[in-house]
Amino acid sequence: MLGPNGAGKTTSISLMLGLRQPTAGQVRLFGRPPTDRRARSRCGVMLQESGTSSVLTVGEIVEVFRAYYPAPLAAARAIAMAGLTEQAAVRVGTLSGGQRQRLYFALAICGDPEILFLDEPTVGMDVEARRAFVASIQTLAAAGKTIVFTTHYLREAEEMARRIVVIDHGTVIADASPQELKARVPGKKITLIAGRPFANRDLEDLPASVLSVDGNRASLLSNEPVAVLRELFRRGVDVADLEVTGADLEEAFLALTRRPESAP
Amino acid sequence: MTALAPAPTATTKPEVAPLGRMLLAQTWSELRIRWRIPAFSLTIVALPVLFFTFFGLPFARQTLANGTSLGAYLLASFAAYSVGSVMVFGFGIGVATERGLKVDVLMRATPLPPLIALLAKVLNALAYALLSLVILIAYGVVVGGVRQDPVVWIDMIARLLAGSVPFIALGFAIGYLCGPNVAPAVANLVYLPLSFASGLFMPLSQLPAFVRSIAPYLPAYHYGQLGWSAVGANTERLSVSIAWLAGYTALFLLIALRAYKREESRKFG
Repeated sequence: MLGPNGAGKTTSISLMLGLRQPTAGQVRLFGRPPTDRRARSRCGVMLQESGTSSVLTVGEIVEVFRAYYPAPLAAARAIAMAGLTEQAAVRVGTLSGGQRQRLYFALAICGDPEILFLDEPTVGMDVEARRAFVASIQTLAAAGKTIVFTTHYLREAEEMARRIVVIDHGTVIADASPQELKARVPGKKITLIAGRPFANRDLEDLPASVLSVDGNRASLLSNEPVAVLRELFRRGVDVADLEVTGADLEEAFLALTRRPESAP
Repeated sequence: MTALAPAPTATTKPEVAPLGRMLLAQTWSELRIRWRIPAFSLTIVALPVLFFTFFGLPFARQTLANGTSLGAYLLASFAAYSVGSVMVFGFGIGVATERGLKVDVLMRATPLPPLIALLAKVLNALAYALLSLVILIAYGVVVGGVRQDPVVWIDMIARLLAGSVPFIALGFAIGYLCGPNVAPAVANLVYLPLSFASGLFMPLSQLPAFVRSIAPYLPAYHYGQLGWSAVGANTERLSVSIAWLAGYTALFLLIALRAYKREESRKFG
């Protein structure tokens, strides 16, 4: 589940887990309300805004969580998959932010769940931790587990997901495979400097989305930069300088989530 | 030829974990958590003994007008103080701290039923209350020379543990009304004056008249009666005290529930 901050990713996860109540509609997990203990016993959860007691050790807290599930993984296995074997006897309070995030991952998988809900799982992880985490996720997915995770990095979604649902302001704006999504988002960024300030009509109805306009400087995103430039020249826009680069994925994503009224 | 239907080969996996196992694991982890917070474990073990040393030991070998050992009476007072403090501080500060750490958010998403989590907290508190009582009474007997039939001590422990419910409710009310930084102060500000004005630190006869006049309306006063009744020194009919304690339980529970509901709708609405 991909979306910028405030898109409604955490709210969606909370609804799916029964942590919040929908104002309309209903949520079913394994055909049951998400608050049902039988449904919860088949889920693993990693939440953004949550914590654990700081005076227990990693091993102790994993042991307690295992007791909540009917057929848990061995504690050592869950801890190893989270990359915390060396910290197993360490108290939670002394863990770094990234290690803590890994602990929450260990707690999410220790019940051997069929479905994992991970809300922004890689926040606070360093490069190495992230790589180990991605490997664990792929192992779990290969073992047939369903993994629902949220992120605001397109790159991360592309790397890990088979299906990407893009949401913004609580609305699904795309639901596609990473390949399809990539084909839909503009791939080139065109930066233009004109001899005079741009007028609104200069940039209207182009096969591009406008990123920014600042006086005589404009940035556009497009999959057809040549067609865009040809049209600009036809309109007689006095192009003094121009640069075409591969679009930054973040920028492409912004173009996709941009709401009409906020466009310049 | 009729073939027998093949026996189902798939072993039916239990759908949920056994509640007993959850309760055991949860209680054990609560016990460990509390033990590792010296502000709690040290205080509940050491403070009652310390108070008894200052306010009880000097008079431990005297007797009251009706022949009751003053030492036993004072030991009952501090025993009541001790159990109440385990409940008010344990639940008040404990719940506020957990809310501060957002432990409750993660726990809600697990299959652990909230009732099991609550029961584990109560068992944990009762265990610490018992520990505190055993240490205090052993100290009174060994150091203070307070002699009673062992049955009396067991009776006192049973009465105090059974009657501690209003203080559990008070603890919850504080824990849900206050943040983690405020809860310790509020718990102290509520519980210490309450104990003092109820005659748990020194007999009511030693206290100013206006304190004596408000004491019969306080929960700790009636809770003290439970302890004193075990040594035959209660000044209120036991049924009256139990009724007062039941009333206070209802009041504190109401406050706790309202605060809990308010938080629920804010966090999980």
